[in-house]
Amino acid sequence: MKKVLVLGSGAIKIGQAGEFDYSGSQAIKALKEEGIKTVLVNPNIATIQTSDYLADEVYFLPIDVHHVTKIIKKEKPDGVLLSFGGQTALNVGIDLDKKGILKRHGVKVLGTPVKTIMDTEDRDLFVRKLREIKLKAPTSKVATSVEQAAKIADQIGYPVMCRIAFALGGLGSGVAYNQQELTDLVKKGFSHAKQILIEEYLEGWKELEYEVVRDQDDNCIVVCSMENIDPMGVHTGESVVVAPVQTLTATENFRLRALAIKTIRHLGVIGECNIQFAFDPRSDDYRIIEVNARLSRSSALASKATGYPLAFIAAKLVLGKNLTELENSITKVTSACFEPALDYIVLKFPRWDLKKFRKVSDSLGSEMKSVGEVMAIGRNFEEVLQKAIRMLDTGMVGLVGNQKKFRNLSEAVAKPTERRLFAIAQAIRRGYSLDKIYQLAKIDRWFLGKIKNIVEVEREVKKHRLQNLPKPLLKEAKRRGFSDVQIGALTGSVETKVRQKRKRMGIVPVVKQIDTLAAEYPAKTNYLYLTYDGSGNDLDSRAGKQIIVLGGGPYRIGSSVEFDWCCVNSIMTLEKLGYNTIMINCNPETVSTDYDICDKLFFEELSLERVLDICDQEKPQGVIVAMGGQTPNNLALPLHKAGIKIKGTTPGNIDRAENRHTFSGLLDKLGIDQPEWKELTSLKAAENFANNIGYPVLIRPSYVLSGAAMSVALNKEELKKYLKKASAINKEYPVVISKYIIKAKEIDIDAVAEKGELVCYAISEHVENAGVHSGDATLVLPPQRTYLATMRQIKKIARQIAAALQITGPFNIQFIAKDNSVKVIECNLRASRSFPFISKVFKLNFIDLATKVIMGKTVPAIEKSSFALDYVGVKAPQFSFTRLKGSDPVQNVEMTSTGEVACLGDDFQEAFLKSLQAVGFKMPQKTILLSTGPVESKADFLPSVRKLAEMGFEFYATKGTADFLKTHGLKAKVLYWPLENKEPSTLSYIADGKIDLVINIPKNEQREELDNDYLIRRKAVDFDVPLITNMQLAKRLVEAMSEKSTQELEVKSWREYE
Amino acid sequence: MTQPQKPAKIILKDGSTFTGIFFGQPKAVAGEVVFNTGMVGYPETLTDPSYRGQILVLTYPLIGNYGVPGKAKEDGLLKYFESDEIHIQGLIVADYSANYSHWNAKKSLGEWLQEHDIPGVTGIDTRELTKKLREQGTMLGKIVYGRHNIEFIDPNKKNLAAEVSVQQPVLYKKGRRRIILIDCGTKNNIIRSFLRRNISVLRVPWDYDFTREKADGIVISNGPGDPKMCQKTIRNVRKALKGNTPILGICLGAQILALAARANTYKLKYGHRGQNQPCLEVGTKRCYITSQNHGYAVDSRSIPRGWREWFVNNNDQTNEGIIHTTKPFYGAQFHPEASPGPDDTEFIFDAFVKAVNM
Repeated sequence: MKKVLVLGSGAIKIGQAGEFDYSGSQAIKALKEEGIKTVLVNPNIATIQTSDYLADEVYFLPIDVHHVTKIIKKEKPDGVLLSFGGQTALNVGIDLDKKGILKRHGVKVLGTPVKTIMDTEDRDLFVRKLREIKLKAPTSKVATSVEQAAKIADQIGYPVMCRIAFALGGLGSGVAYNQQELTDLVKKGFSHAKQILIEEYLEGWKELEYEVVRDQDDNCIVVCSMENIDPMGVHTGESVVVAPVQTLTATENFRLRALAIKTIRHLGVIGECNIQFAFDPRSDDYRIIEVNARLSRSSALASKATGYPLAFIAAKLVLGKNLTELENSITKVTSACFEPALDYIVLKFPRWDLKKFRKVSDSLGSEMKSVGEVMAIGRNFEEVLQKAIRMLDTGMVGLVGNQKKFRNLSEAVAKPTERRLFAIAQAIRRGYSLDKIYQLAKIDRWFLGKIKNIVEVEREVKKHRLQNLPKPLLKEAKRRGFSDVQIGALTGSVETKVRQKRKRMGIVPVVKQIDTLAAEYPAKTNYLYLTYDGSGNDLDSRAGKQIIVLGGGPYRIGSSVEFDWCCVNSIMTLEKLGYNTIMINCNPETVSTDYDICDKLFFEELSLERVLDICDQEKPQGVIVAMGGQTPNNLALPLHKAGIKIKGTTPGNIDRAENRHTFSGLLDKLGIDQPEWKELTSLKAAENFANNIGYPVLIRPSYVLSGAAMSVALNKEELKKYLKKASAINKEYPVVISKYIIKAKEIDIDAVAEKGELVCYAISEHVENAGVHSGDATLVLPPQRTYLATMRQIKKIARQIAAALQITGPFNIQFIAKDNSVKVIECNLRASRSFPFISKVFKLNFIDLATKVIMGKTVPAIEKSSFALDYVGVKAPQFSFTRLKGSDPVQNVEMTSTGEVACLGDDFQEAFLKSLQAVGFKMPQKTILLSTGPVESKADFLPSVRKLAEMGFEFYATKGTADFLKTHGLKAKVLYWPLENKEPSTLSYIADGKIDLVINIPKNEQREELDNDYLIRRKAVDFDVPLITNMQLAKRLVEAMSEKSTQELEVKSWREYE
Repeated sequence: MTQPQKPAKIILKDGSTFTGIFFGQPKAVAGEVVFNTGMVGYPETLTDPSYRGQILVLTYPLIGNYGVPGKAKEDGLLKYFESDEIHIQGLIVADYSANYSHWNAKKSLGEWLQEHDIPGVTGIDTRELTKKLREQGTMLGKIVYGRHNIEFIDPNKKNLAAEVSVQQPVLYKKGRRRIILIDCGTKNNIIRSFLRRNISVLRVPWDYDFTREKADGIVISNGPGDPKMCQKTIRNVRKALKGNTPILGICLGAQILALAARANTYKLKYGHRGQNQPCLEVGTKRCYITSQNHGYAVDSRSIPRGWREWFVNNNDQTNEGIIHTTKPFYGAQFHPEASPGPDDTEFIFDAFVKAVNM
């Protein structure tokens, strides 16, 4: 084995996030260590795994059969790794195998054979495999008649779950406890479905997961056990999960372990996999739910939870190594063939961003909706639960102490939503018995008891003012995970006072190491957490040349793997500069939380309190806040005020850029234009201001409480409607209204400055006009359609701002350009989302430079202008609308994309087409459905339609668009709007696969048409038909398609673009 | 916080102290302080006679979660426990859960300890305590209640196996084949492991001269303390080694077997106690995850001719088992009967039973 192809997972989307950057990076490291050349395919340019120092060749190309085949032909690898790039890599691998491509080119699948993968992926095969060794899977059968349903139900035994095939949002599904109920249910079901799935009803069963590792010599170990707090029925990615398992006895636990090993051996997995069980809370009965024969989100979590580097070890095993030959990378003396013993508990909490989406339901179920997660480590359950909730960075202070109201408390306890645990706390406060809560929620009483403990501590603390809060109680509160903020709020005081008091009393957290062996052997690595449930520190802190880099916290919409790339690169530069590095982060899906990245990893909260605790302990020379996105950036001023040295741009200047008023004043002083805006505290004033500047206007509500979205109002009515909906508008929660400029270009500059002098910069233009959130926009670098004069202005403004704010470090400014006038819309004195993109396209590491200047090291001037590139990079957003049932898949001022890719090409068209395909866009072959919005946009798009007609496409259109096309001599078959309820309708054509591409340009004005448009868009997403909703994007797509076919797209590695 | 808390103090021989809160029976005890890294299985562990005389520190912090099961019996043995009593002197944990949850639980861990008059201490930084034991080795220690101080006691100076062994032979009847189990403090699951395989078990006291009994196999059980205390057992086993009846020694039993074969044993610095010890089968590429609980080990350099090393600990290379090169004599330092622990090495019973049935 000399050369191995590694398939990545592509853009981050719901269900497939940063965990595969972690697993892929570990795999590449493991292969390199064996002297094997690696070729990586992954268009996710923001990942660490696509760094120049890891794989030997990197292809920023779509992970699909077409492109991977071409890469195989070109690179001629000996083997391929399929299990490190999530479902994406696995699916492509199966296809490549089925088509005989791997065999034809002599590429060996390393590790788990494809046959085994298929046995785990195909439900029927899987159940058959389990039956061979007499293990139990949940029974389910399809019924096509009421009689058949009854027969199946009898076989399975009541109660049974009836699922209506293809019902949206579980509509019409239900539980039948006897034949009468079943008959009623399925009768209704058959009125709108041909098939009903009759399934064994496992609701309320515990859900457990085990991570299993196996080598080719049949050594098999179970590295981690995990227990979902939410019972069966809630997707494990949506569940709060603890490790290790808490509520099973040893007999039960080791029995499941034995079943796991038996299953994995029988299936023939080599490497790493995950097995999920359902377990009856009233007996020792079990079901095997599924096996994931690859690294997964759970395995990433298990790695971080135990300190056992699953992906790294798995990579060694698939190369044929024996587990006993590998060492435990934490102790360096013991074996990797062991099962970690934890002396702490970890808790994973998912992060949702459902409020960003229109029309999406908040109930959690078998489909994943969360966009990220956090992991808390501690020595008791109460502590980790409260820590995790704060880590989510959604403004919550812990399990208790948040302003949460429940209209129907029992329902809030019974129904799984992101608010359920808080509702349970409230129910306990209201005197619900644990039994009653258990009956409603089916969450094990042990967990409920722990939640009760938190409520009881809250109750006790609340009886006191801070001055007379007794020491034992304060200590107990800290031990049970209460933050200083929480205690302050409960005792009529504030965070700083609580901190002073507890430090005076000597109540401070201790540092503990994660060592995989529960202290049996000393750890050689510093994988650390803080706890109040302990008396001794594992580390003697030494104030050397230590620098802290603050991480980005959980992945969420707007803050994702790109900030992790920035953090890791900053750490690496610091190390090269001779500093001892400390990383603080709490996201288990990241590379920055690999303990081999830095000298000390604190898997901890990114809160003021916790960062100060770590500073007290470690006495660092300074803290870098510019790499992890907005979360650490927000800590700059508070940390500074607490006496911590912030490296780089001063906190005062960071604040001047963050504060809308001071920044606006600064722009005025510098003579830099900006869209008109005002902060308003009453409806009347808002109306007046909007009138003055003219509609449309952009409205930004206060984020403090509501978390409500930004919006655009086209007229007075919309403004009023919106402001009423966005709850309060008053002095405490003002609303910012600004002029919404339409038909303008949006341009970004990412740059690094040293003491106010520009060191390097990159200007990228958006394909979409202003109005699409920059995170959802398609970025082009270097710009292809921006005037030189505009570029000069942008550079000049960047220089002015850098000088005025004495910037030292990374920064980003966003501009709106219309004709030749440029306005500044936003400025952040930190690394932005596009830093990895520009760094990798330019092959110039902006973060390395930024870190050097931050540490006071002068870097030589870089003479690299944006125009010097002979190739183009295009960054495209990845949306996850398919997962978010009901959400409106349209881009607007709120960011909704969950990830991104970037591809390179010799020209824009090439890079653009590659990047679209890399986010799963399937090129249309024959038919396009057009509904192109208001008349002016119909006219705007006309030349493109002509081009498509020349290319031989057939059109379907709604009435208005079809009429318009007809008057211009173009043919289109008319389809009825969804709400017209007539055939042939747009919806049935989409559903029947008669449409290859939907171009739907929304018009905002008319309510009725909005619904029609929404239904078309939603249908397209639900049936996986490519959808374009933006005019500029549609036009550029047509241009690109007319010039290049997929076959013509070059397969060149990153290195080959020079 | 509703009940008055009784403060407990732990004092180690080196002078270090820890303070916590009593649960179970508040009272002063002394013994040898050892730690176990298993994350589950307190009902089994606490009733394992090998812990006789020891104050047990559990490194997993959350303890008591699933309560304690009832006293159901099967084949004359308690179904959910490893013996009829709690053998530890005292229990030390970080975060005891009085609130337990399990369908099969009958009482809380605290209630159970109290019933057996055993103290538990919670609120201890068990990691810090464990690190001390790791660095300085297993130590004598005591749990102190109120102002009443007590002396340190070294349990290894006593013949602990004699304390926990049955007084009279007991027969557990199953199939035609019968093994003799020399009870130096056997766990119930060793007996169950044979009964499950349809082998009858004659359980005899530690010093019983079994050589006169008819047996298809001889098993020397696990048990507490220094194997050299069991001189009578060693002598009896030495006689048996002259014959060809299959012999299996487990844990202490394996050490006794080694001593009978004239190998040597020594005390480990802090022992192996947990459910995750990797044992490599010598001469193969196979490694098994085992449940362990021993403070003494066989010196691999002392293994005499005719015997060889069977298993080696993959973490610290200490001996984990010996095997005779020609006769069916086996010694496993770990617990193939698990309970609590992984069942990876159950095949040892299968192999032994095969020999017994030959």
